[in-house]
Amino acid sequence: MTTLRARTSGDDSLLPSYGRPGWRRLATSSEAVMVAVLLAVVVVAALAVPHFASTTTLGFLLLDATPVLMIALPLTLVIITGEIDLSIASVIGLGSVLFGILIRAGVPLALAIAVCVLAGVLAGAFNGFFVAVVGLPSLAVTIGTLALFRGLAVGLLGTTAITSFPAEWQRAAQQMLGSTGIPAVILLVVVLVGVFAVLLHFTGFGRGLYAIGLNKEAAAFSGVRVNWSKFVTFLMTGAVSAMAGVFWTLRYASARGDNATGLELAIIAAVLLGGVSIFGGKGSIAGAVTGVLLISVLQSALRLDGVNSDAISVVTGTLLILSVLAPSVARWMRSKRRVPPAPA
Amino acid sequence: MTRLLGQLLRSREIGIFAAFVIVVVVATSINPNFVFSRDGWRDLLLTPTMLILVAVGGAIVIITRNVDLSVGSVVGLSAYLCGRLFIDLPGIPVIAVFAICMAFGAVLGFVNGVLSAYGKVPSLVITLGTMYAYRGVAVLWAGSNRINASDMPDSFLSLGTSSLLTIPYLTIVCLVVVLALGRYLHNRRAGREYYAIGSDPEAAELYGLKVRQRILVAFVISGALAGLAGVLFAARYGTSNSQTGLGLELMAVGAAVIGGVAIFGGSGTVYGAAIGAMLLMTINRALPIVHIQDFWQQAVVGALIVGAIVLDRALALRLRRRLVVERDDDPPVVDKPDPATTAAGQGSTEGAAS
Repeated sequence: MTTLRARTSGDDSLLPSYGRPGWRRLATSSEAVMVAVLLAVVVVAALAVPHFASTTTLGFLLLDATPVLMIALPLTLVIITGEIDLSIASVIGLGSVLFGILIRAGVPLALAIAVCVLAGVLAGAFNGFFVAVVGLPSLAVTIGTLALFRGLAVGLLGTTAITSFPAEWQRAAQQMLGSTGIPAVILLVVVLVGVFAVLLHFTGFGRGLYAIGLNKEAAAFSGVRVNWSKFVTFLMTGAVSAMAGVFWTLRYASARGDNATGLELAIIAAVLLGGVSIFGGKGSIAGAVTGVLLISVLQSALRLDGVNSDAISVVTGTLLILSVLAPSVARWMRSKRRVPPAPA
Repeated sequence: MTRLLGQLLRSREIGIFAAFVIVVVVATSINPNFVFSRDGWRDLLLTPTMLILVAVGGAIVIITRNVDLSVGSVVGLSAYLCGRLFIDLPGIPVIAVFAICMAFGAVLGFVNGVLSAYGKVPSLVITLGTMYAYRGVAVLWAGSNRINASDMPDSFLSLGTSSLLTIPYLTIVCLVVVLALGRYLHNRRAGREYYAIGSDPEAAELYGLKVRQRILVAFVISGALAGLAGVLFAARYGTSNSQTGLGLELMAVGAAVIGGVAIFGGSGTVYGAAIGAMLLMTINRALPIVHIQDFWQQAVVGALIVGAIVLDRALALRLRRRLVVERDDDPPVVDKPDPATTAAGQGSTEGAAS
């Protein structure tokens, strides 16, 4: 309807973004704005913050961002369907503890990783069952499993930690690619980004997720398997979260029940900052990745600048609010400035 | 009369309260000190107060189909402010500290409310943002400072320990707040409007309710209660730092959900949320007594939350089936509405709560 009216009034700034010419669509998309902001922050940080523009900084920045980056991908899919998963950080903890216990029991590395990912799949299936099959609100279910999975992780290991991992594993987890300062694990992340980008943007399954997020009933009537799709997104989130848990354990050579406590909201904040709508139906992998990187760069730069790392959350929080308020404010200002289009 | 009794037995509050009583009875039968010692009795009444206040505030926001994730950070800021007031303004009356901290919490809630209600942005995102922002402010402000008991006057700290007829003062404060808000939500026109907004925001708007204003007030109440909870924390534990109240927000939502407040608004009561909070905190304290290592606390809490949601859905489905059967059995009389369907219809808007 908006499209029609705007077109007749000859004013294409009111057109939804998909109604504009290709280049303008690209340049005014929220992803493009985010990438521009990210680049600006990188440039400013490189110029103003000593030691920021170094391979060491880049390496640690990417290593720190890896778990968040990994989980942000499937979580984007979940949020696009209009659901949410708050249990992600608890699955990191569960995966971490399970991995530690398996390795301590002498299970080979590959098998241990496989079991952990399977456990993640089961955790995701638990969420998915209650959300997609029973039809309960995901916000409530995953607040429950946030506590449940964390409780299992802490309960399995108590307050002890398993730290008896071979030193070369930790080195491998932090291995850089030559002297580039890019961690080798980023290759895995890049593969994951590719897989999820293709899945979301170039398959029927992915397009179906948008349809679900925009209108569940309409999606169901046009043949999208709504419940199955939702179930699968939760499965994937569980699996990737457990993988992130294994990485976490290897990197810090420590399996603890409270690993990554509270990380869920940081990951969600990063995804939303990247322009993924909490209402569902809107967002992209590129946006989510940019959101994660933007927060990582800001944190890294401010920390190097001597700001207390906890205080950086002021910036994170304000950015998040600004990013969601911006479209509303822009719309409001436009409506003030322009004479409303004549009714067609 | 039997009808009233039946309704009472089916109400969510009674069910949760029964669970609470069972936990207390089991724990007491193993270790009588759980209730029958001076400390045990006091802890039973005192420990949940902070979560009760935050959960009750959260419940009001959730009833309007919003959510407030910033309460943990508000509690932290308020607890630190409370300590600073005593340090920077020696001799300040205790009552003034209460008022200032509550007003401060209300202002923080006001910010949440304005951004959520007038920014047309989901409150989940806004309060996620302010959760980080407020916590960051607390860190910037407090740094690594810690407020200690020696910084606060005895008259204030004694509030955390002394009691009236064995009931701690802080519990009485909490009880008064819960009862007052319960009456407000249940009996006042404004209170009923929260339910209307939560059940169907668009219909409420069309009906002429001041939707945004009500949501704003709900956030202000939630903020003020979090502010009060911060003062209670300082009085009870005699300490606070920049990390006070961390992670409380999800506990509060969990308590409200366990207490029968539907996460998508329109149903539940503050009494339910308060009893849910009592159950959560009491289970935490009871587990070590029944020889379950306290590491498993969170798992039990999580299972409880999931169980509560599943139970809610099962009850809602049963209610709907019964309504369908009633509708098919006797078609509605135009002149005189069937009392059974009216009562049941009321039940559906307020869940099993009424």
